[in-house]
Order: sequence, then C-alpha cells, then structure tokens
Amino acid sequence: MSNNGHDTPHVPGPSLWPIAFAIGVACLLLGLVISWIVAVVGAVIAVVFGFLWARDVTRDVRDEVPHIEPETRAVADTPTVAPVAAKADEPLPAYTRSRFLEASTLGVGAAIGAIVTLPVLGFTVLPSFTNIEEDEADLGPLENFPENEYVIASYLANPSQGEVTRRTAFVRNNGLTDSGEPSFTILYSRCVHLGCPVQPNGPIDEANAKEVDGVELRPVLAQSFGCPCHGGLYDAEGNRQAGPPVRSLDRLTFSIREGRLVLGELYAVGNVSGTGANAAISRYPWSVPGTHVDGVEAWLYPIVPSQVTG
Amino acid sequence: MAAKSKRQQAIDLAVLTPLDWVDERTGAVRGTKWFLFRNVPRDISWMQTLGSAALTAFIVQALTGAILAMYYKPSSEIDPLTGKPIAYTSIEAITNELTLGWLVRGMHKWGASVFIILLFLHMGRVFLFGAYKYPRELTWITGVLILVMGMLMGFTGYLLPWDQTAYWATVVGINLNGTAPFAGPWLAQFLAGGAEIGSDTLPKWYALHMLLIPGALIALIFVHIYLVTRLGVSSPPWSSERAGRERAAAAAPSGARAGLVRGSGGD
Repeated sequence: MSNNGHDTPHVPGPSLWPIAFAIGVACLLLGLVISWIVAVVGAVIAVVFGFLWARDVTRDVRDEVPHIEPETRAVADTPTVAPVAAKADEPLPAYTRSRFLEASTLGVGAAIGAIVTLPVLGFTVLPSFTNIEEDEADLGPLENFPENEYVIASYLANPSQGEVTRRTAFVRNNGLTDSGEPSFTILYSRCVHLGCPVQPNGPIDEANAKEVDGVELRPVLAQSFGCPCHGGLYDAEGNRQAGPPVRSLDRLTFSIREGRLVLGELYAVGNVSGTGANAAISRYPWSVPGTHVDGVEAWLYPIVPSQVTG
Repeated sequence: MAAKSKRQQAIDLAVLTPLDWVDERTGAVRGTKWFLFRNVPRDISWMQTLGSAALTAFIVQALTGAILAMYYKPSSEIDPLTGKPIAYTSIEAITNELTLGWLVRGMHKWGASVFIILLFLHMGRVFLFGAYKYPRELTWITGVLILVMGMLMGFTGYLLPWDQTAYWATVVGINLNGTAPFAGPWLAQFLAGGAEIGSDTLPKWYALHMLLIPGALIALIFVHIYLVTRLGVSSPPWSSERAGRERAAAAAPSGARAGLVRGSGGD
C-alpha cells in the first residue's frame, strides 16, 4: 500500500494563537462575573487571536486548492486479485489471537448485556403478577341489605390505591338456606364479555340510597342485568340470557363478621341452576372476561395468572 | 480543467471548502446527496408521495406529543382542588386554559387519525402497484411493523385523557387481548399491571406511548427509509419503461441487473 498523498492526514501548521484565544475566552467569562471592562478586554483578545488562529490554520487551504482524485472503490463485478491467495499454502494456526479476542469481546459483551437486561425485563413484567392481593371490602351492617332485594354496592377494593380501585357489586340477601346458613348472591358488575360495567334493569330506589363508611348503597328492583357496551344480558342469577358473554356473571365470596358483610375473593361462574339460597353454582377460579371457564373452549386457557399467583 | 474564475474560487472558499471539510470527516454531504438526489422513474405521480405524507404526519405527532408531555400529568389520583383525576384535570387545563393548548392537543388527536389513514393509503398504493415485490420485500415487512407500532400508539394514547370513554375502551381493549388463547390472560394482566386497571396502569401506558413504542417506531422508520433510498422507487405497473432503468443509453450496465437496483451500482 503506497502513501500517495491522499491518505496522509491534513495536519494544520503549528500555532500558538489557540492559547491566547483560550485566555481571551476565559477573560470574557470572568468579566461577565467581575466587571464589563474585563469582559470587553477578553472579547477583544478572543476575537483578535481567534482571527489569527483561523488565518494560521487555513493558510494551506487559501493558497491553492489541490486537485484530489476522488476516492473510488473497486466495483464488485471486476474481480480483484486476492493477495490472500499467495499465503494460502502456509498452515494457519487453528485458533488465532484475533479470533480469541473477537470471541471474548462478544462473550463479555453478551454477558454484560444479559446482566443488565434480565433484571430490567423482570421489572417490566413481574410487578404485574406479584403482590397483587386485594383487600377484603367491608360493606357495613347486614340490616342495610333487605331480603330478596338487590342493592348496588360501590366500594373501594383497595383504599390505599384510591378511587381507581372503585368497584361495584350487586348484593342480594337471600335470607337463610335450608340448613340455616346466611345466604347472599353477590354479582360482580363487570361484564364477562369484555369487562364493561353491567347495569341493573329496574328502577333504583334513590330515596333509600345511603352511604355507610365510604360504601355507597342503592337498592334496586333488578330482574335482569344488561351491559351497555355490546348488549350482553343476564338474568337475576347472573346467567347469560342474550348477547356475547361466554359465562355467567362473576361472583364474590362473603363472610359475616360482627354483623357486617365482608366481601372476599372474586370467582368465575360457569352456570347457576336454581335461585337465591337454593342455587347450585358451578364455581371456577377467576379468569379474564371473555375467557371460557367450562366446556371445550376452556382448554384454550390452561393456565391463567390469577390461578397461579392468587 | 480550465482555470477557475475569481468568483468561482470565492464560492469554493466560502461554501465548498467547509462542506468538503465536513464531508471528508463524516461523509455527510455524500450521504445527503445519496439520500435526496436520487433518480426516480419518469412516470411516478402523487401516489408515490403518500409515504412522505405519512412521515410528515408522524413528525407532527412526535413534535406535538413532546410539547403535550410538558403539560400532561399521568396520574389517576384525585386532584383535591378539582375532585377529578389529575390526568383528566391536566387534559382540561391543556384544552381550556393554556394558550394554544387546544390547538396542539387537537393536532395530536386528529393527527393520530391522519397518520393511520395515510399509513393505510400508502400501504394500499404499494400493494396495488405491486411495489412490495423483489427486491423490496423487507421494505414491506418493516412497513407492516410500522403499521403495528402505529396501532399500538393509538391503543396506548387513547387511555391518557382518563375519561369514561378512555377508561372503558381500554378495559375492553385489554380484555380483548385477554381472550387470545394460552397467552391472552397473561398479556391482559401485563397490560393492566394487575388483575384490573390500577394506579400503576396510567403511568405505564404513558411510558409505553411516549418512550418505548416511539423508540421502536423511529428505529423502524429509519430502516424503512434506508431501504427505500437504497432500492429506489418502482415504476407503476402500467409503465412502458422497465423499473428504474436509465433513460440514456450511456448508462452501461455492468451486470445483469445493473440499474435495476438504484444506488447499488457505482453512480
């Protein structure tokens, strides 16, 4: 390879002026703080020596523009003589230093990348699936739930997170079962088609609406429930009557503590036969709206996160 | 070469010398020429400008979005002053109080639809003209990925006003993802940041909308435009000329396919 002038770098001639230029700039900045006279002096120094510096640097260029052959690259179609061919006879070492460096650079780079990426990926994904238990919701004294009448209960599932966790359930006191146990039908308001808020079909008794400890309670004469988004319709037990829902309305477990109704976990319902206290409910672990919990279609959703992480 | 005139020398000194200086170190001038001053078929029409129009719409989205980010607050907490969520309050302030905020938000909101519409028109043009065929298959594939990213931008941006429409549309959107077989429930829970939308959901979608997805989108746009520049614009199917062939006979092909792929030869 010959050094035919084009490859030599264009080094500007030596010059002392940059130092003076720097002093001028420093003076200027200092002057901005101390006094405008110093600043002006600094500016003058900077301009003068900046000019001198520029003149020094561009001296070569100003004299004559040399005619430089444009750099070209061999076109692939014209075969170039491969200099490697001459060396082909010599036996090469099986594992050269450059190959070792290449492999170790790539390897170390990959290791660093993995060490950085994996925790970040974990942080991206895992918080959505861990530590997501919702508190139990206290709906207040039992006497607010008259027998055989639905009450629209609006409550905070997780008060520490605020209004964003406001949920609605339709609560019906079924009285006592044959064995003397208290019975409640507690339907979750989210449509099991795609999660819109289901509305009770019937007049709301606003006169008897009340708020107890932050829980809004509004009695309603509901014989069915309808979803405004895509026309899903459910009967009073939450069974699908019409429209696109794929199962019955989700329900919530309950417990009674010191005369107060406390909501527990959410679960999915395949079908309800019978009514009220005598209803037979086919219960499944909760799953996302729109997913089947029974029948052949349920095989499409073999593992649901809520069944793994609780 | 004839001696240069005084005037020409002055121009050289003032303009070309600095440009050469930059070009020698960066290749920027050659790169700009390569990008901008390309041969295109004679019989192209306004139909071939749809891609540039979509790019312009995206730039408008990027700029207005960056400005809106200065005023928008992605929090679902209740603002004690207004009794409304902070995100919605900030949207109200942008729309009703801040000077020209209504305009910039309107540009961003309607520009989103313009972007998607232009993407589809551009895609239709490429499909109907057969411009996705050899050697432009990868241009088409990156374009499809750009379309997917554009849709994701629409999906994530729709939640940000945090009003009833935004909230329930997003609930439906998340649950639609949830019905996908096998992975659906996991995807839904990832998108909602829990079993249901919570206090982390809005900031998460905001970050997706303004950082992650735009980053991927911009990278894809660069690849897409690089491929367009490298491969050139194809002639329409009714063209009497062969795609990208030089008009003058002077352009001597150096190989069987020389000239077919604009920019890959030595011109």
